[in-house]
Amino acid sequence: MNLPFQTPVNDPVNVSRRGFIAGAGAGALVLGFGVPMGAARAQGAAKVVPGTRVPAFLAIRPDNTILFQSPFAEGGQGVWTAMAQIVGEELDADPAGFTVENAPPGPDYQVVFGQMRITGGSFSVRSSYATMRKLGATARAMLVQAAAQKMSVPAGELTTEPGRVIHKASGKAMTYGELAPAALDMPAPANVALKDPKDFRWIGKRQARLDVRAKSTGKAQFSIDMKVDGMLHAAVQHAPRLGQTVGKIRNEAEVKAMKGVHSVHVLPGAVAVVAERFWHARRAVEATQVDWAEAVGETYRPMPADFSTEAFAQYLANYQGKEEVAETAGDMAAGFAGAASTVSATYHSQFVNHAQLEPPSALARYNADGTLDMWFPNQAPEMFLVEVAKASGLAADKINIHSPLLGGFFGRHFIYPHGTPWPQALELAKRVGRPVKLIWTREEEFLRDPLRPMAAVRFRGALDAKGMPIAIEAISVTEGPTEGIADKRAAKLDDAALEGLTGKKYALPAKRIAQVFVKSPTTLAYWRSVGNSMNDFFYETFLDEMADKGGQDPYALRLKLLEGNARLTNLIKAAVDLSGGWKAGPFTAPDGSKRARGIAMASPFGTETAAIAEVSIADGQIKVHDVWQAVDPGSIVNPAIIEAQVNSAVALGLSEVLIEEAAYKDGLRVARNFDGYPILTPDRMPRVHVRIVESGAPMGGIGEPGLPAVPPAVANAVSRLVGKRLRKMPLAGFA
Amino acid sequence: MIELTINGQKRRVDAESDTPLLWVLRDDLGMMGTKYGCGVAQCGACSVLVDGSVMRSCVTPVEAVAGRKVTTVEAMEKDPVGAKVVEAWVKHQVPQCGYCQSGQVMAATSLLKQNAKPSDADVEAAMVNLCRCGTYNAIKAAVRDVAGLEKKA
Ligand code: FES
Ligand code: FES
Repeated sequence: MNLPFQTPVNDPVNVSRRGFIAGAGAGALVLGFGVPMGAARAQGAAKVVPGTRVPAFLAIRPDNTILFQSPFAEGGQGVWTAMAQIVGEELDADPAGFTVENAPPGPDYQVVFGQMRITGGSFSVRSSYATMRKLGATARAMLVQAAAQKMSVPAGELTTEPGRVIHKASGKAMTYGELAPAALDMPAPANVALKDPKDFRWIGKRQARLDVRAKSTGKAQFSIDMKVDGMLHAAVQHAPRLGQTVGKIRNEAEVKAMKGVHSVHVLPGAVAVVAERFWHARRAVEATQVDWAEAVGETYRPMPADFSTEAFAQYLANYQGKEEVAETAGDMAAGFAGAASTVSATYHSQFVNHAQLEPPSALARYNADGTLDMWFPNQAPEMFLVEVAKASGLAADKINIHSPLLGGFFGRHFIYPHGTPWPQALELAKRVGRPVKLIWTREEEFLRDPLRPMAAVRFRGALDAKGMPIAIEAISVTEGPTEGIADKRAAKLDDAALEGLTGKKYALPAKRIAQVFVKSPTTLAYWRSVGNSMNDFFYETFLDEMADKGGQDPYALRLKLLEGNARLTNLIKAAVDLSGGWKAGPFTAPDGSKRARGIAMASPFGTETAAIAEVSIADGQIKVHDVWQAVDPGSIVNPAIIEAQVNSAVALGLSEVLIEEAAYKDGLRVARNFDGYPILTPDRMPRVHVRIVESGAPMGGIGEPGLPAVPPAVANAVSRLVGKRLRKMPLAGFA
Repeated sequence: MIELTINGQKRRVDAESDTPLLWVLRDDLGMMGTKYGCGVAQCGACSVLVDGSVMRSCVTPVEAVAGRKVTTVEAMEKDPVGAKVVEAWVKHQVPQCGYCQSGQVMAATSLLKQNAKPSDADVEAAMVNLCRCGTYNAIKAAVRDVAGLEKKA
């Protein structure tokens, strides 16, 4: 894996700068890596069709290795390897020979549905699959044309094998590396044929990840590891409550006199210490005694001094407000009027932190030529470029955004007001006239990390005489992450608030899904699987509650509700089959423990999932022994990565349902490190069994979909085991 | 000035005696393989070996390791046990984001240095570092593989 700092600014081969686009002069084609993108942006923005200009993505070196500029950030989800597989497949080049980097901002990389660039929403592969295949095929066609010229044979007589163009008749062959300089002068063919999927050599196979060795030897570099000459380090102490400002620093002279301290700074809502070493900065900023002043005027989501999550949960549960309907079907009134029985209950979710293991950092460097370089973790370089331009007052073409490997993200690295360190690093670098790297300690991170929303959902269900659900109503009292981040409601409901309550595939005759908006005092964010991370928990556990009420087995009930839906019937059966056949329990396991199983489904991010969990309770703690999950993303690129992602999503889903809660009391975070905010530990990791089902439906996502079915599967299992419904995450009251 | 032996090399650093080893490695010596995750001995991202035993460098004052042998992830490929661990990590495709993995490799190496044939219980007792990406099953499979415990994970 190549790392931003090891990439020579001028690629010695320079293939990426060669003329490639008909009608454009070579001078304009500074499209590759390590080159200021301003010129390219200015000259190309209007014309560029994202994902079509080969030199913006590919540099084939003389040794036949391939450098690929990825539109997507790698944060553990394996997307760089997937990109190499997809492009390599059509290019006819072994993905193992790829080096992948995160591309700089530029119009070529707006390949998410050809419109934008984010690494999120489990969009990467599914939104760019066709584009990336075509890109690889285009590059291959150009290499073939170059070979035709060099060998003086018709292109139609040439074939390729991995990394080489072959002329079978004469036995001549040239490597891609030899051909690359000439190939890049070839016009891009308008139409290229793509491979028949049955001929795939790499797509769909267990390709080894490209970044694993670097990540096993400490060589992988993250934002926090970046360093430049003359750099100073900074640490901050934030106001305990967002919105507060620095009234007075009581001991500034003492802090300034501490070892290694370069300077002390008042920032909006924080004090910062800049020092020669991070440890000095941290120690000094923690010794800084600040009188915080209350927020005045309009500020972004000021934290009230009396805010407590416990009280907020009750407030949400009881709040009566306008019900804004997101999804409705059938005749609810008739359903309830004609019901043989009804059931109602209120469910709760909690705030959760991202808790990615790499604490946020940012490095800012103003250069003598008036340009600015910034390194920080981000899932959307172009969007941050706009923000950095605004904050710095510089034109976008004077700014270089570097996007190193992400030490986990899970939604953490989008644009969150007051939720990221880069504006502080920028300001400090400007003030001290030297490059500054700012690291947020874990404590500052947990204080300012925007949270997955909290909700209370009021359910009502109606059942007929046979115990079949005939109507369901879910009123979620919550604020969606999108409206929360914007701090403003849109004309339309925030999809991310209710997804997972909406979009359920069960055939219920009547349903009504609505939001009652209550603004959250905390800052909010996207969190792995977003609304689905809690809403499938709500829906699927309440569905079990209806099953109980109607005297139905939860698996049998789901099968009935999926009648006529071949894809989901097949999928839930696949999960059951994987688990060795359905048995809800409680039953006694061979080790003598009493256990039960729960089942749940979800339809997140274009993928369908079904999960089964087996649990017992030991020493007052829930033990999850096994999770079986069947996933149907339609079609796939790398089964090994999918299995790893499902494992990862299971771990995060368990952590959420069993352990995590970002609690506030008196306006303050109760816990600000892993000691008070524990996350899933290795001893609580279950065996995870994955079955991939390729239904051939349009390709869905993979990074997030493995999560949403897990919390309800576990909750349903525990509820069955203890004989009472558990309606709140993290699960409590089971002992 | 404090004299340290890091990966077999003598290094002199100008740090106060109570500076955590983690920050001496990263900021004074520029060795970025050892990671900061929590600073309070909770996550294990900062794990290093001190005289062959795993220690959390974020809470280890540098003076405590003066005169002792410190080994970091940067030396793992040259260490006979470390190299096996790294190969197992590659074989089992352990890392996801990778941020915790320096520490995981160090924890595994420490275990296997002290006990070439650990039991499952030993593995569970030793491999306690946090991984937010949930690579725990892959970690366990890789360690069991090196320990010769792996038949079918
Ligand atoms: S950084 Fe040392 S244990 Fe977390
Ligand atoms: S691999 Fe990401 S934290 Fe472990």
